[in-house]
Amino acid sequence: MATESANPATVAHAAEHDHHEPQSFWRKYIFSEDHKTIAKQYLISGIIWSIIGISLSVMFRLQLGFPAMKLDFLRPILGGWIDETGKLDPDFYLALVTMHGTIMVFFVLTAGLSGTFSNFLIPLQVGARDMASGFLNMLSYWFFFIASMLMLWSLFIETGPASGGWVIYPPLSALPQAHKGSEFGMTLWLISMALFIVSQLLGGINYITTVINLRTRGMSFSKLPLTIWAFFLTAVLGLISFPVLLSAALLLIFDRSFGTSFYLSEIYIKGEALPNVGGSPILFQHLFWFLGHPEVYIVLLPALGMTSEIIATNSRKPIFGYRAMIASMMGIAFLAFIVWAHHMFVTGMNPFLGSIFMFLTLIIAVPSAVKAFNYITTLWRGNIRFTPAMLFSIGLVSFFISGGLTGLILGNSALDIQLHDTYFVVAHFHLVMGAASAFGLLAGVYHWFPKMFGRMLNEKLGYVHFWMTFIGIYLVFFPMHYIGIAGFPRRYYAFTSYDFTKNIFADMNAFISLAAIFTFAAQWIFIYNFVYSLIKGRKAPQNPWKSNTLEWTAPINPGHGNWVGEIPPVYRWAYDYSKPGAKDDFIPQNVPFSQTPESNLPHENELIGMEKEIEAQYLNDQFNQPH
Amino acid sequence: MIYIVILLSVIFLGLAAVVVSRMATVVKNANGPVEEGHIGMSNRINGALFMIFLVLSIIGFVWSFLYAKQFFLPEASTPHGRRTDFLFWLSMGIITVAFVITNALLFIFAWLYQYKEGRKAAYYPENHKLELIWTVIPAVVMAVMVFTGWRAWRDIMSEAPADAQVFEIVGKQFNWIVRYPGVDNNKLGAFNYKLIDSNNETGIDYTDEASFDDYVSTSELHIPVGRPVLLKIRARDVLHSVFIPHLRVKMDAVPGMPTRFWFTADKTTDEMRNITGNPNFGYEIACTEVCGQGHFSMRIRLIIEDEASYQAWCKEQKPLLSAVPELASRIPANLKSKAAKYLPAEETAAPADSVTASVITKGVKVASATLR
Repeated sequence: MATESANPATVAHAAEHDHHEPQSFWRKYIFSEDHKTIAKQYLISGIIWSIIGISLSVMFRLQLGFPAMKLDFLRPILGGWIDETGKLDPDFYLALVTMHGTIMVFFVLTAGLSGTFSNFLIPLQVGARDMASGFLNMLSYWFFFIASMLMLWSLFIETGPASGGWVIYPPLSALPQAHKGSEFGMTLWLISMALFIVSQLLGGINYITTVINLRTRGMSFSKLPLTIWAFFLTAVLGLISFPVLLSAALLLIFDRSFGTSFYLSEIYIKGEALPNVGGSPILFQHLFWFLGHPEVYIVLLPALGMTSEIIATNSRKPIFGYRAMIASMMGIAFLAFIVWAHHMFVTGMNPFLGSIFMFLTLIIAVPSAVKAFNYITTLWRGNIRFTPAMLFSIGLVSFFISGGLTGLILGNSALDIQLHDTYFVVAHFHLVMGAASAFGLLAGVYHWFPKMFGRMLNEKLGYVHFWMTFIGIYLVFFPMHYIGIAGFPRRYYAFTSYDFTKNIFADMNAFISLAAIFTFAAQWIFIYNFVYSLIKGRKAPQNPWKSNTLEWTAPINPGHGNWVGEIPPVYRWAYDYSKPGAKDDFIPQNVPFSQTPESNLPHENELIGMEKEIEAQYLNDQFNQPH
Repeated sequence: MIYIVILLSVIFLGLAAVVVSRMATVVKNANGPVEEGHIGMSNRINGALFMIFLVLSIIGFVWSFLYAKQFFLPEASTPHGRRTDFLFWLSMGIITVAFVITNALLFIFAWLYQYKEGRKAAYYPENHKLELIWTVIPAVVMAVMVFTGWRAWRDIMSEAPADAQVFEIVGKQFNWIVRYPGVDNNKLGAFNYKLIDSNNETGIDYTDEASFDDYVSTSELHIPVGRPVLLKIRARDVLHSVFIPHLRVKMDAVPGMPTRFWFTADKTTDEMRNITGNPNFGYEIACTEVCGQGHFSMRIRLIIEDEASYQAWCKEQKPLLSAVPELASRIPANLKSKAAKYLPAEETAAPADSVTASVITKGVKVASATLR
């Protein structure tokens, strides 16, 4: 069904936006200010980064799963990091885990997920021509691009990239003499991250401004799709927390290069007592986790938002508890700022602070639980269509639950004493934040690919991709809980030095590595599907998923300005699926109540009178302003 | 093992080949006309797969748990550790119930409410009562978990008893150094990082007379069983973290900010050898904060022994000052007489000959015996 509605207001004003001259190749595809192009740039960059990031993890999984394996075949890629006997260099092992973390958290799940879908969906779902500032949006991508290039470069320098863990705790990261990875690689890491933060801030300001100022007529906050709510709150989180990471990084740069002592005190290293006194390594951890914890939600909230949309659409049911979902996300966004020190229970921080943060941390589980229950209830008595996007969304909810539950254990400071920095933590956050967010990203790609590229992804390949990935991820991370309970510390190059890790779980580790390789292999199905469908995929219909949101009213291949003619106004929320009495099982947001008397609820009949008012509202149309 | 690996690799390769060959046929059929709204077989297959996944994963979960259980750490050797272990398994029980129920509902609903021709989904946008219920229930359960956890945390992190036996453990790249409070006064002397050198690895400050009898070790830490032990934790260069898995002890070592952790171990190494049935069992201290290349091998042995053998072992130890007499030059003049008994001879004298050294060592032993 074509939902280009014949809204009189839309027709009345003629399309008047063809006064833009055709743009050069560079302006159109490279230095583009169009939010759709920028979103695609983020998506492609994110996919490339994820291939690199996951490859790194496969390399260190080889070391962990098969410690005796000769890795000579990696020499063409890793060169001198494989020694003469075919062993991976322990320094480079740490570099691999560090870069895997950095790349996946920041470059894939922050830039690739938020960057892609906030950019793509915010204007299309709120009914705007473009972002509030196309120029800042372009700058945002290119700052990210420069940051990417620096990070990529650091992989190839002689002393190797940063390798003190993705959390780069000083003094290890501050002292070049302490560690190979703290030499030039660390400098590049810090500069790259500083630029990355600039990019995130430019993007975030844009998202917030667009959502607040450029909503179409009738699109009140209470009618916004949950995707937009999620992107909005994510941007707010990023805007408040990323500057703190920037300051942490700057102070670290000062300590490294200008002789300050923010994080350094009473250090004797390599036969020399350093003059620095009075600094505190704990200060860095506080600053880092003040971003680091919200960061978890920065990567997770957009995934949850998109999942809400996809699950509602494909269950053909309104999302259960729309307001509760918003309230939960707001609760999560607020609490995200006051739980950071649960990463620091055993750092020597005052135990009283630990108690406070334990209470606050476990409060955040309540809104998370509400969200999970709401997703499950949305499925209940639905009429579910398993599109690949829907499968990935269900997978996300499963990961979110499975990984989230172990958070109740780790958030309990008494239990964290034993489990801190073991594989239990690795299993926990990979499920709840890594895999769940990655599934959100994949679900989003499967769902909005038709809107992005005007073609459909192949569904069958999508199914195969989903099942292999879903099973693979559980096979990788579920056994890690056991290894963690057995006390295996993370970031260990080998488990041969201790009696309590020696000779046990070797087969389990090998199994995890195989499962990781299997999961990685499955991603090539997606890459193939993506590239193939981009060129030869089936042409997308106007509204392939029979969805209510506004983006499906725009042309199949939206041009500059998204809608031809006037932007449609919005009269109802985004979740009128299977409404009793309605002839279709969905009613798009731009269909006025006056056209659906058969399905209106009593209070909605009263809203019919508002429609004239909505249509008469000032339309903040970026193209009809003097410029 | 390697055969299993090869076998699995072959299976995966086979699967990959099947997928690739299927891909070609699938893709060929993909360019047909758009079948608007047609929902066919694959929907049913996917729905059924969720149920199959649910069943298989529960079997896998139970089997893998039973298999892995044998490798979990044995019962903790500290009372606080047994307490947190109990809380851990209690919490684990609660979350396992939640885990199974919610995941099962998710997959069962997916299967049960899959698309059926002509059926219309329920328009069920909200139910405040239901939402209230499932806000309150997790909140109450979590409150209980938090409260029990908080009480344990409070007790574990409380101030050490005054009579706790104090040891110092210092992390450096890439080993631990332990410092004992000495053969005579049972008091740790002061330290200063600027005094560190190859002779004095923990930076013992010899202007403090409590330092004179302190001794250090890089190979093992001996502690008495059944007595509170206070570990004073320091780091010399970068962050480290003291991790004693069998005692459920973990605390970061931070340069410039000494930390501490106290506990009472109640199973000696020998007792643990009997319990685990492993005649080579030994307690170990590991590092769990990444500290550089040798992070994975910062092992130091921990020996828990009964009071008598602990005391006997202590008596055999020599103060660092006796082992490295050059350090005496750091002792201020007014304290030199107090340090004399730990020194081989007058510091102005020529290097001590073996006869005097042994005499003095004997003297030290006598002194410590009488003091105790």
